[in-house]
Amino acid sequence: MDKIVIEHLTLTYSDGTESLKDVSLNIKANTITVLFGPAGGGKSSLLRVLNRLNDLADVTVLKGKALINGQDILSPDIDVNDLRRRVGMVFSRPAALPLSIYENVAYGLVMAGMKNRKKLDEAVEQALRQSVLWDEVKDRLNDPGSALSGGQQQRMCLARVLALQPEIILLDEPTSALDPLATAKIEELLRELKEKFTIVIAPHNTQQSARISDMAAFFLQGELVEYAPAETIFTVPKDKRTQDYITGRFG
Amino acid sequence: MRKRRLIPQQAQKIGFAGLSLLSLITVIPIIAIVIYIFIQGTPAISWEFLTGMPSNGMKSGGLWPAIIGTFYLTVGTAIFSVPLGIAAAIYIAEYAPNNQWTRLIRIAIINLAGIPSVVYGLFGLGLFVVFLNFGTSILAASLTLSIMTLPVIISTTEEALRAVPTSFRVVSISLGATRWQTIKRVVLPQALPGILTGVILGLERAAGETAPILFTGAAFFLPQLPHSMFDATMALPYHLFVISTQVPGMPIQIQYGTVLVLLLFVLGMNIAATLIRSRARARRQW
Repeated sequence: MDKIVIEHLTLTYSDGTESLKDVSLNIKANTITVLFGPAGGGKSSLLRVLNRLNDLADVTVLKGKALINGQDILSPDIDVNDLRRRVGMVFSRPAALPLSIYENVAYGLVMAGMKNRKKLDEAVEQALRQSVLWDEVKDRLNDPGSALSGGQQQRMCLARVLALQPEIILLDEPTSALDPLATAKIEELLRELKEKFTIVIAPHNTQQSARISDMAAFFLQGELVEYAPAETIFTVPKDKRTQDYITGRFG
Repeated sequence: MRKRRLIPQQAQKIGFAGLSLLSLITVIPIIAIVIYIFIQGTPAISWEFLTGMPSNGMKSGGLWPAIIGTFYLTVGTAIFSVPLGIAAAIYIAEYAPNNQWTRLIRIAIINLAGIPSVVYGLFGLGLFVVFLNFGTSILAASLTLSIMTLPVIISTTEEALRAVPTSFRVVSISLGATRWQTIKRVVLPQALPGILTGVILGLERAAGETAPILFTGAAFFLPQLPHSMFDATMALPYHLFVISTQVPGMPIQIQYGTVLVLLLFVLGMNIAATLIRSRARARRQW
């Protein structure tokens, strides 16, 4: 059984923006799957289906199936808060909550009801070590999260997700606001993290997609055009549109 | 090159001077009035004036019952209007669906803020004093003032909540927090300074109003302080109205002294609001 199974997923927003048209794809555990393609293709929408963040948006049509570990996550009976803890999300602009670094990382756990200070301390340290930020911030955990640099903030946001020990990590253009050095750091981190987590990422450029992906899915105007292992799709794409996009003929 | 009559720098200077002059024209009368009140009123201020009971048909003695009455009314108004107003604003800003009905409620609230205060007074008389049988009392007056203050508190609180970036809410929800946890932990703390400013400005208006308490709780003269919330009370604004229009031969000094005390009361609240706002601005992280 694949970790994530999407079957015939169709989604439309009330304002008619980005949507998904009959998308089906399976994602294996402990892989990095890249969703790429021009803006408005449906990458973000798909990510936001996987942790039900679309509940906050004005969705008019939602058909099809989305399963994680075989469980239907679109079912109204599911505990969405628990789902969001299992399926973490990192956003394009580093979004530090207006709290300290420590509180940012511990946020999800505290909201889940963890009160034990010692356990929280341990979880925060472990998460910050995992996102390779610990050495930079261990002496100033009580500083506001927004005081960190962009790259550090993004790693803090990753730590915030890791602290919850999720199964799946979603990243929506996580490096679009970062310089090349900070970007390289995040990419390296993701390659290490896939040992433990299943990663689905919508990078902001094709080069990054090619660099980090195991599997890649090309989205165009809500349609899944091609889904294949990275080594094939970026070298010998089957579909003409994929090829045009990769070779820079549009996009 | 076409020749211009005014180079931009000159035009800017003239425009700037014009705008400065206009703002000066608005500010000068206010400052003049305040200075005049200070000059006329300061000689009346004494310990006895602030803490004594009125005597000799209010022509001498102090303001104590009026000061304490205004204090009671302000606190009473706060007790009723602040929790209700903030709760209503949280509902409208965070929970209510964005539909016709919500928009109608919002328009109604904005319009309520513009209703003349004497209308609130009559409404309070009808509902609290007569129908609910509270009599002319601190309770009835506080409730009337609360209804008048509510729209101000609701709309400023709503504005403060909406000023908090949406991304904070999305991030918090994405980390598995519930909506209420998000509001409690992230949104409210960020909006608090704005909310407090609105609350204080609303209460300040309540403290200075005469019309709403005229029929609902204010007394012309009372020989003693109120004992419970079902007693009527003296209050600074109404007392001022009484001594400047209803008592012949009232020493002008006492009138200005009373004005000064009311002014300081409201000014104090205003300064508190400004301080809270500026301190919070310095701490804000967005």
